[in-house]
Amino acid sequence: MSGTRVDPSFLALPHRHLGEVALARAGELGATHADFRFERVRYQHLAARDGVLQAADDTQDIGFAVRVVHHGAWGFASGVVLTPQEARSVAARAVAVAEVAATMTSTPVELAPEPTYDDVTWVSDYEIDPLEVPTAEKAAVIVDWTRRLREHPGVEHASGFVLAVRENKYYADLHGTRTTQQRVRMQPGFEAMGTGAGGFDSMASIAAAVGRGWEYVVGGSPGAAWDWDAEIAEVPGLLAEKLAAPSVEAGRYDLVIHPSNLWLTIHESIGHATELDRALGYEANYAGTSFATYDQLGSLRYGSSVMNVTGDRTTAHGLASVGYDDEGVQAQSWDIVSDGVLVGYQLDRSMAAMKPELAGPDRPSGRSNGCAYADSPGHVPIQRMANVSLQPDPDGPSTEDLVSRVERGLYVVGDRSWSIDMQRFNFQFTGQRFHRIVDGELAGQVRDVAYQATTTDFWGSLEAVGGPQTWMLGGAFNCGKAQPGQVASVSHGCPTSLFRDVRILNTTEEAGH
Amino acid sequence: MTAHQSPRATPQSLVEQGLAASISDDCVVIVRDATSANLRWANNTLTTNGVMHGLHVSVVSFVRGPGGTGTGTVSSTATTQAQVTELVRAADAAARAADPAEDAAELVRDRVSPDWSDPAEPTDIHTYDVLAPALGEVFGRARSQQRVLYGFVNHEVTTTYLGSSTGLRLRHVQPTGHYGCTGKDAALSQSAWVGGATRDFTDVDALAMDDVVAQRLAWGARGRHDLPAGRYDTILPPSSVADLMISAYWASGGRVAHDGQSFYSVRGGGTRIGERIVAPGVHLFSDPAQPGLECAPFLTAASSSNDASVFDNGLELGRTDWIRDGELRALTQTRHSAGLSGQPVTPYVDNLVLDVEGATGSVDDLVAGTERGLLLTCLWYIREVDPQTMLLTGLTRDGVYLVEHGEVVGLVNNFRFNESPVDLLTRFSHASASVPSFSREWGDDYFSRTATPALRVPDFRMSSVSQAM
Repeated sequence: MSGTRVDPSFLALPHRHLGEVALARAGELGATHADFRFERVRYQHLAARDGVLQAADDTQDIGFAVRVVHHGAWGFASGVVLTPQEARSVAARAVAVAEVAATMTSTPVELAPEPTYDDVTWVSDYEIDPLEVPTAEKAAVIVDWTRRLREHPGVEHASGFVLAVRENKYYADLHGTRTTQQRVRMQPGFEAMGTGAGGFDSMASIAAAVGRGWEYVVGGSPGAAWDWDAEIAEVPGLLAEKLAAPSVEAGRYDLVIHPSNLWLTIHESIGHATELDRALGYEANYAGTSFATYDQLGSLRYGSSVMNVTGDRTTAHGLASVGYDDEGVQAQSWDIVSDGVLVGYQLDRSMAAMKPELAGPDRPSGRSNGCAYADSPGHVPIQRMANVSLQPDPDGPSTEDLVSRVERGLYVVGDRSWSIDMQRFNFQFTGQRFHRIVDGELAGQVRDVAYQATTTDFWGSLEAVGGPQTWMLGGAFNCGKAQPGQVASVSHGCPTSLFRDVRILNTTEEAGH
Repeated sequence: MTAHQSPRATPQSLVEQGLAASISDDCVVIVRDATSANLRWANNTLTTNGVMHGLHVSVVSFVRGPGGTGTGTVSSTATTQAQVTELVRAADAAARAADPAEDAAELVRDRVSPDWSDPAEPTDIHTYDVLAPALGEVFGRARSQQRVLYGFVNHEVTTTYLGSSTGLRLRHVQPTGHYGCTGKDAALSQSAWVGGATRDFTDVDALAMDDVVAQRLAWGARGRHDLPAGRYDTILPPSSVADLMISAYWASGGRVAHDGQSFYSVRGGGTRIGERIVAPGVHLFSDPAQPGLECAPFLTAASSSNDASVFDNGLELGRTDWIRDGELRALTQTRHSAGLSGQPVTPYVDNLVLDVEGATGSVDDLVAGTERGLLLTCLWYIREVDPQTMLLTGLTRDGVYLVEHGEVVGLVNNFRFNESPVDLLTRFSHASASVPSFSREWGDDYFSRTATPALRVPDFRMSSVSQAM
């Protein structure tokens, strides 16, 4: 946690008073549980193309929500008019909704217990609040990126963008917990486009979305900034090489996968697959279920023995890092896959109450591991992903060492297209660039590449993970889930890793061209 | 905070307050009042639900200078005039600090909706007064008949008010509703899905919805056929065709095409407008007045991009033929991109119709005419693999059935596909009449106003098998 303070303008809002009014009303109406969230989320989006600023938009959501358990059923309502009368009214609407819901609820709602946190505050770890930096200063940076990229003769068009978010959230419940939090996140990026003999293509930055501030762009403490200048200097050459590269020969290859690509494969094939709500069917109509069903806990061979995966809501600069989740549960870290075997799930309080044994014999009623999140004051908290990360080998090899072990393969860098089935078996991913590996050495790029596998086959083919020196934190702003749809930000750390004998498709052949 | 304790203002007064407070050369204020109500269920019981209200204000300021016009956009939840004044100050300041906008144009002038003064139209939980008890009955029936149901219904009404310093006062009410229900057998060994769009839920029958799910699960119970990857004679129902056509529509940005970076580009630059890109007799169009798919007849844009311009706010939208008789006729254009490419101004419209000339009958007729093939239910996780070929990947989901001699004979495993939607419009062998449809992938959150036919494609590429059930 940084020494940064919660924005005083948020603290000046009437969140506490509205919370007390709403909770009191819900209690008067008989709710057995009630929680109140007051949120202000500020977004800024800047976009540039070919040396011109295209968009500079500031958006803010302010509002509050009341969620109750009444007659054993959930009820939820939200509002945007910040008056005590409206707080009472929204609380009453939530109870009324629960009364409608009770007629269709055959399994009464239960919540795993959680200690009370009496007025605690948490602020994420950043140095420069990006929303306090003048817009013109940020715009100048991305305009300059696109201008510099366009200076290269092979770059026909260049785009750049910055997304910056500051999220303030106040939570209160009938049991006495009161939390106040502030989180900052950033996603800058750029893309260069050109045309070669095989048609047009692009090369984008591999910088990750991060839980950092503007220091990610301009520098701050050591290690805070991405090296934008180096990447802008490198990308035009990489694009030119890609445009001139031969089309890949479809077949089976060994893959050395850089964290800038592997994070997304982890997200789709491990992160979502180990959400207990999915495994128990609560996302079946939309995002889907999971092959990692609960009956396989402790026995499912998820991957090879070098595979160790953790769920963590405390990761430094993680996009899913919080002090307390949206049900007042303190952030935690835990094992999901140990030595290749499924050992844990991601939980919210209702999921934890269904499977109390996950918390161990000392907690017979279970305990959530803090994965409840709502993306706005207008949405109900649902079970969302922690930072789910693949652990490095403490004495593991470098990327060069991993490449040297491959006779015929590909080195995969950067993410691009992704798709996986509704039980998380079959996936297909592309990337920014695919470098051929011949006899242990990189030998130029190939294009038109996608890799396709079944989750357990793929992770079973994991031969080696790199050392801590190869570990990076990737992530996304836009993970979608639930009905109504919500988005969440989440990070995934991983080392460079070596997979054997993975199916490679030629996407041009797939298109029938 | 006094500003948050003022009495609730009307949307119209928020617009007028914003325009009056602005000291920029021009100003546009967009107010969106949205209410929604939803029910969600899983494992034959209700899981979550809610009623929500949002009031969102966007202020776009325009400041003219010697080099051109700068713009600034600030949006926020706002319910009081004081909050709108704060937004206007921020937007004016942003516009003053901005560089000249490349898409600058004269603002649209002097159009007033006859219902401008009307209040916002809401929805609430009572939308489900008939549906909710029926759902309770359906859950009990499913339990007794060894089915497990999972689903969601949502109803939302958004009233949009657009005002400008150039005399625009436009109002539009857009009700959007949809339903979807996935059913599984007790062993969770197969799935079936039914879903659709509605405006008010008076036409949604929970028992009928469950009947369709039960019928499809019964199809699956006729036997399981594990088939390998390959090319199959495949019937895509209207929902799947909607999935794919929406992707083709979203890729139709005029500026990117003009710059030589999309499927709709000529190699080296320029667009393929005027070229026959799919089979003759195929028509793809949007029309705000399309019966059953009505949508906003004027443009709103709080932000400029390749596909939208804040200077175009209030532009009248009409029928636009994207593909006429197989020929690419238009791409989504702002006035700026239209100027670059020398094409008419054809902005994005919030509905889409695919029509095949002379096509009649239904998906059932396509099944009846198929000797051996696959009948899909819906598609999922569709993503663009290659913009140059418009290659999409994705998966079948919740019911793939084997058709033999015109009858559904059993269940088939799921597949990953790799296909281009425009290629499909060239290769299909049969089509049904177009009907209101609902994209499984995009309908919930983004685009629910589609009408599409079922298509039979003789060589649909199933790239690999998915074990998902």
